[in-house]
Amino acid sequence: MSLISFFPDWMLTHGAAFLVVVPLIAGAIAAILPKRQIAAALTVAVSFICMLTSLLLVLQIIDGQTINYALGGWDAPHGIAYVVDGLNAPILFLISAIGFLVSVYGMPTIIAEVEPKKRAPFYAAFLICLAGLLGMVVTGDAFNVFVFLEVSSISTYSLVAMGASRDRRALTAAYNYLIMGSIGATFFVIGLGFLYMETGTLNMADMAVILREMEGGSRVSEIAFGFIIVGLGLKLAMFPLHTWLPGAYAHSPSMVTVFLASTATKAALYLLLRFVFTIFDVSFNYVFDVEIYLLAGLGMVGMILGSLQAIFQTDIRRVLAYSSVAQVGYMLLGVGLGTAAGLTAGYLHLMNHAVIKGALFMALGAFWYRYGITRVTDFNGLSKSMPWTMGAFTLGGLSLIGVPFTAGFTSKFRLVEAAFLKGWWWAVAIIVVSSVLAIIYIGRLLLAAYFQSPPEVNGHVVAKNEAPLLMLIPMWFLVLLSIAIGINADIMVDLAEGAASVLLPISAGATP
Amino acid sequence: MADLLLHLNPGFYFIFAGILCALLPVNIVRKSLLVLTPVFAAFMIFQIYGAQEVISGVISVGPQELITLRIDRLSMVWGYIFCLAGVLNGIYGFHERCRITDSSALIYMGAAVCGVFVGDLLSLFIFWELAAISSVMLVWMGGEGAYKAGIRYLAIHVLSGVLLLAGAVIYGQSNGGDYTFGNIGIDAPGGKLMLIAMGIKCGFPLLHNWIQDAYPKASITGTVILSAFTTKLALYALARGYAGTDILIYIGALMTVFPVFFAVIENDLRRVLSYSLNNQLGFMVCGIGIGTPLAMNGVAGHVVADVVFKGLLFMSMGAVMLRTGTAKASELGGLFRSMPYTTVFCLIGAGSIAAFPLLSAFVTKSMIISAALYSAENSHAIKDWIVLAMLLFASAGVMEHSGIKVPYFTFFAHDSGRRVEEAPWNMLVAMGLASLLCIFFAFPWGGYQFLYSLLPYDVKYHPYTGDHVVFQLQLLFAAMLAFAFLKRIGAYPHERRAEILDFDWTYRKLGLGIVHWMSEMWTRLSVNISRVSMRLIKGTGQKFYHIFSPAGTMSQSTPSGFAAVLTAGMLVVTLIFIYIGAS
Repeated sequence: MSLISFFPDWMLTHGAAFLVVVPLIAGAIAAILPKRQIAAALTVAVSFICMLTSLLLVLQIIDGQTINYALGGWDAPHGIAYVVDGLNAPILFLISAIGFLVSVYGMPTIIAEVEPKKRAPFYAAFLICLAGLLGMVVTGDAFNVFVFLEVSSISTYSLVAMGASRDRRALTAAYNYLIMGSIGATFFVIGLGFLYMETGTLNMADMAVILREMEGGSRVSEIAFGFIIVGLGLKLAMFPLHTWLPGAYAHSPSMVTVFLASTATKAALYLLLRFVFTIFDVSFNYVFDVEIYLLAGLGMVGMILGSLQAIFQTDIRRVLAYSSVAQVGYMLLGVGLGTAAGLTAGYLHLMNHAVIKGALFMALGAFWYRYGITRVTDFNGLSKSMPWTMGAFTLGGLSLIGVPFTAGFTSKFRLVEAAFLKGWWWAVAIIVVSSVLAIIYIGRLLLAAYFQSPPEVNGHVVAKNEAPLLMLIPMWFLVLLSIAIGINADIMVDLAEGAASVLLPISAGATP
Repeated sequence: MADLLLHLNPGFYFIFAGILCALLPVNIVRKSLLVLTPVFAAFMIFQIYGAQEVISGVISVGPQELITLRIDRLSMVWGYIFCLAGVLNGIYGFHERCRITDSSALIYMGAAVCGVFVGDLLSLFIFWELAAISSVMLVWMGGEGAYKAGIRYLAIHVLSGVLLLAGAVIYGQSNGGDYTFGNIGIDAPGGKLMLIAMGIKCGFPLLHNWIQDAYPKASITGTVILSAFTTKLALYALARGYAGTDILIYIGALMTVFPVFFAVIENDLRRVLSYSLNNQLGFMVCGIGIGTPLAMNGVAGHVVADVVFKGLLFMSMGAVMLRTGTAKASELGGLFRSMPYTTVFCLIGAGSIAAFPLLSAFVTKSMIISAALYSAENSHAIKDWIVLAMLLFASAGVMEHSGIKVPYFTFFAHDSGRRVEEAPWNMLVAMGLASLLCIFFAFPWGGYQFLYSLLPYDVKYHPYTGDHVVFQLQLLFAAMLAFAFLKRIGAYPHERRAEILDFDWTYRKLGLGIVHWMSEMWTRLSVNISRVSMRLIKGTGQKFYHIFSPAGTMSQSTPSGFAAVLTAGMLVVTLIFIYIGAS
């Protein structure tokens, strides 16, 4: 790994902690900064540093190694351990890279969407949210997960609420999200409490060892598992627990929507994978049961109902929000398959969906930024008034549908393959139906954009008004990335297979 | 870098240039690209191909390997002649300012060159379809009536591509996944399908109508470009896959004969030329069917000659059309006064297609006919003699419709009174070059020897033997005599304004009638069905709407209290699952 040699030595050893500490401290600084510009520059710089650091972590673990970092020199189980392996390193990189792109993208939109005196606090909340998300992914301590989960959640509530100067409904959305998120976190911490009672440790690795020794443990650990699943299910918008999501996505500032859609649910999904597969184990009967029937089943119900609901929405952000609910269903189906192929596909879809949805929500933000577009009917003629943004939206939409040579295709195709391997032909049918529904809700927007003429104002067709470069560049970066993944997904597949091999260590070598 | 270029199919240069042209608003740059790209591509072919067969540019797509570059002695001939045609067409179209024509022409040429130089059936299919799609733009540029003809053209070619793909898949799978494009033969699995696919593109009898339908309706430059590539690509595929397949001899012989009759009565001279294109293709198909080295040489040589002289004839008709606005025999005549150069070039083209000694087809077609003669002498079978007779009849027929009719009715005959300008300089240059080539290819002292040296097989053949020259002249003068005699007694079909439908009657009239009838019946049926189904769809749609729309039950912004209850419910469900699983 020649790339590693570019990084300083202390980063090699302390990278895992550095990743969390930097945005956390920077968040505190940003809160007291007097000017927006400085806070924005700080945010971009910090997220860029985080991206580099997480890239380094990915490079370090790519050969299947694991980094164990004892925080403050206190070894686990007494101290808090940060663990980076094939499962969470790509997620870390995803979160910090999206964080960087979003902070660049946000520079113009924040001015339009957030009140002047709230801008520096906004950046502070964003940085703390970033730190929280990175923390809950990087940590190897179960209680630490809860802490960072709350750190990220509380900052997210305030981020969503800051959309209020654009749309007052952001306040109710944030309130709903607050209530639901707190319930989720409470369920999670109750589950953790039970688990601590059973195993006597909070270190994830120790928990796993003890639970395996106890062959799944008593009723206590079963109940713990139930609480944890529901708590995380709420955070990752598993189908019937997704009600907070459309509101939060629809009314928060554009930058926050992009960030939430690409990272927040993904981090929660990572935790679900971590708990179901490495702390608990699918060889425990009750875990297996929940995985096969509940996760996969709800995933498929979510795929269909989420897509149907997306079709009938009038607010474009809600269209994509419900589409996210459906896409989470795909990932849950991959998890529910439980095979290495299924997990690889689900993990791949997790990363691809972050890229695709990020690009799409960025495009929506640009539409709002220029024309204040929020409704589906406002899409008329957008291909003429904002050709580049609409081009990005089109390619992203095609990728979401799963057209060949796009990222969406590679992961959906792998999911179909995995379902076939397992013999779940009805799951294949549901994937196909859901994709057809995706054609409808994306196609509806594209038809309006390309075949309707732009609206007229006072007898004049509205002038062409392309989004600023600072928004276009991150957007097109993600779009081109999704095309590149569609053409050659080798790197992504390697990462996904690495993650799957962490989740299913035994069968990893023998999988296709 | 230079090394990389050696592994790149030269056709890609055309395609790149075509995409560039689509984006370039500067006419002069586009025109230069149009002329220079073929020159560069030809240079690259020269660089890539030594004396050995070259196979490279292998791309793996999934489990499948695509061979994007294979040049051997057979494909090399096609490659060079396509480049040559590209240059001539580029010069010919120099005066035209049309971005669509420029870019689609380049992509179309590129598809043809790529198609010739690829080494497996799947890649061939890709360029087969690309050639169809890009060329339909050229048809559509023809204006009135061209749109529908273009649709028909596209439908037929897409069908051809689909058949090719189906055949290729059957063939490849039965070969254990080997899609290499070599000799296929009609008995191989999927062989018949692919033969039909190529037959469509090559204009086999009864599959030929798209040629006479679309070509005369395309734009002036469009027709010239179209005439050079599509059918020749199909011929290449036939030569590669079906050399020596007996049935092609009879198909080819039939192909040479039947267009003669249609060509004689046809009024639109570009359509006459389309029929004569069909007829020339017949000779080559027949040669492929015979399949001996001499015959294959004849085919390759005749492809070269045909691209040039058929291009020249279409060019001269295009020049006439540009100046007079029509290519109808009934409305032309006496143009030799105002367009003397075009007249001379057209006569050279006409002489070439009729195979006058010293003009190109003489040295190439004679190889095919000699090969037919030898095979008849060897087999003594009556059917082989019949084939030979048909070829000879067709040779005389060519003289009749292309050699005499086209120049006669355009430039001589009764004076139409039109006094127009001579063709633009660029058209004259293109036609002049083509005429020179027609003469050069048959030049007895070095010309035809050069042409023969390019051909795929080393066969000694001398076209200029006394008996051969005399025989050919007898044939041609007999044809001229017949024309003069028929004209004299007034029995030669008069030029009339009408569009002749031959076999395409079946689909342009009968088929259309059936479709109309069916659609009428369908309307009646569907009215009733739709009344029922509308009610059903509307009902379901409304139900869905009531559930999922923003105002629907599913989407009402759930009060957080309810959501909390829902979460508790989920917990209960999860615990039940766990309980069942654990016990």
